[in-house]
Amino acid sequence: MYVSGLSLLRFRSYDYVNIKLVPGINVFIGTNGQGKTNLVEALNYCASFSSHRVSSDQPLVKQDEINAAVQVVVEQESRTITLDVEITPGKANKAKQNGSPLPKARELLGILLSVTFAPEDLMLVKGDPSERRKFMDDSITQLIPSYAGVRADFEKCLKQRNALLKSAYGKTNADVMHTLDVWDVQLAKTGAAVMYHRLKLVENMQGLVSDAYKNVSDDQHPLEISYVSNLEIPEGELSIALIESTMLQALAAKRNSELDRGVTLVGPHRDELQLMLRNLPVRGYASHGESWSCALALKLSLYELLKRSSRGGDPVLILDDVFAELDEIRRRKLVDLVKNNEQTIVTAAVAQDVPVELEGALFNVVDGTVTKVE
Amino acid sequence: MYEGILQDLIDELGKLPGVGPKMAQRIAVHILQSDPETPKKLAELLLILQDRVNFCEMCGTVSEEAQCRICRDPRRDVSQICVVEESKDVIAIERSREFNGRYHVLGGSINPSQDIGPGQLRIKELITRLQDGAVQEVIIATDPDMEGEATSTYLARHLGPLGVTVSRIATGLQMGGDLEYADEVTIGRALSGRRIISQGGIS
Repeated sequence: MYVSGLSLLRFRSYDYVNIKLVPGINVFIGTNGQGKTNLVEALNYCASFSSHRVSSDQPLVKQDEINAAVQVVVEQESRTITLDVEITPGKANKAKQNGSPLPKARELLGILLSVTFAPEDLMLVKGDPSERRKFMDDSITQLIPSYAGVRADFEKCLKQRNALLKSAYGKTNADVMHTLDVWDVQLAKTGAAVMYHRLKLVENMQGLVSDAYKNVSDDQHPLEISYVSNLEIPEGELSIALIESTMLQALAAKRNSELDRGVTLVGPHRDELQLMLRNLPVRGYASHGESWSCALALKLSLYELLKRSSRGGDPVLILDDVFAELDEIRRRKLVDLVKNNEQTIVTAAVAQDVPVELEGALFNVVDGTVTKVE
Repeated sequence: MYEGILQDLIDELGKLPGVGPKMAQRIAVHILQSDPETPKKLAELLLILQDRVNFCEMCGTVSEEAQCRICRDPRRDVSQICVVEESKDVIAIERSREFNGRYHVLGGSINPSQDIGPGQLRIKELITRLQDGAVQEVIIATDPDMEGEATSTYLARHLGPLGVTVSRIATGLQMGGDLEYADEVTIGRALSGRRIISQGGIS
């Protein structure tokens, strides 16, 4: 698939911009703060409803404005699909497909597939476990769009249960305990679905990640990924029902310490995607270069998974200011990937940062205006 | 921007649910230009509304009498109680004309982040209504969202031991709708809540 048109309205630094993109390579050049990343961030948002830079929607809307809108025209083989997303922080997004409003914005997910490589990817390896949980969740959302609902249900449930635990502090009467029982049931139901999907993702990614790591790093040691949970799931065929019943038991066992601390201690919100090299955790032990290789390996394996499951062609690759960060070997590997991909969008501060092989349509970004270099 | 009384009215109307500034302006200007009887009638009703309209002492729905029209009606089946969150849900179910039992309005759902627990809902009143043994079945018709489901689970656990049948209204596909347009959660629910319409071998 490729994106043929991108329009932004009141998004980040832009009042309005409309760009025509081409299949193959599109390069956006502009010095820092001119608005290159805002363009690819908007594109990314239409693919995952999340930004690779911030976790809330507020910064996406231009200052002093109430809402922002993004329109993306996606070309899939012989079909053209226009996606519209209206972002209003604090409210549910609104979405349209080919001009018709969708009852739920998240029905838009899964049409545009994209994988972004950006300097922020290093946080996938060096950052908190929450970064890696977000990576897993965003990846699953692109692979299985209905997961967006599963994730939203769990987060809502967790918020309610934490509110209850906080208000229950110091007054553990029967009424509070009974209400907690009820939320345990909901948490186990929604949490088990989240965990099941994440376990399946990690299972599908394991081989791909270790191949990708060998490829980008020339390191003979394999990168191993595993899903580490606070829940000990018994051996046997993995199913949502099995996780659910295990979680219910764990919740009952942790009830007292949860009441003491006022937060939910059991559930996928405390799990971790563990990365191991030479039997040591990558976070804290790996060098800067190794960390970059791990980050690239995770993203490359996501690309591979999306490509395999896609029914509308290759995912759109976005390389956001990433070449300046990489050494020669890792640059080469990315260039190899780009060469065979249907569409790639590259941003860079100066043209010299972009490897010579990546020749394509060139755009200059200066102070919020985008002009195509003919 | 208007000034004086007219703008004050626009501001007040704008505070109502579902009324934006433009709509508020339209309503206010409409009232200004209408026949003097219209605002008079409206004002009278607004003034007496809160004094005159109360809640039914039995089921908790809005009512001008001590007991609502449904609770007073001897033709209604006393063996079934349908539990809903708000009075407006009673109106919705009544519109279907499918239900001939009585209602019980909880006044909301269990929502810890808004500090609403079972104690703030009319659950004790419901249990009191079950004491005389006339009620055989309690149908839980809270909203099919997270809070409604939690409330439903809570009720099932507390009413079950009292010896009454507790049922939950079905969730699933909309009548007259298209299967292909339904979202995955709805389809999943519809599948797990399916009913058998023919047993193999029995004719």
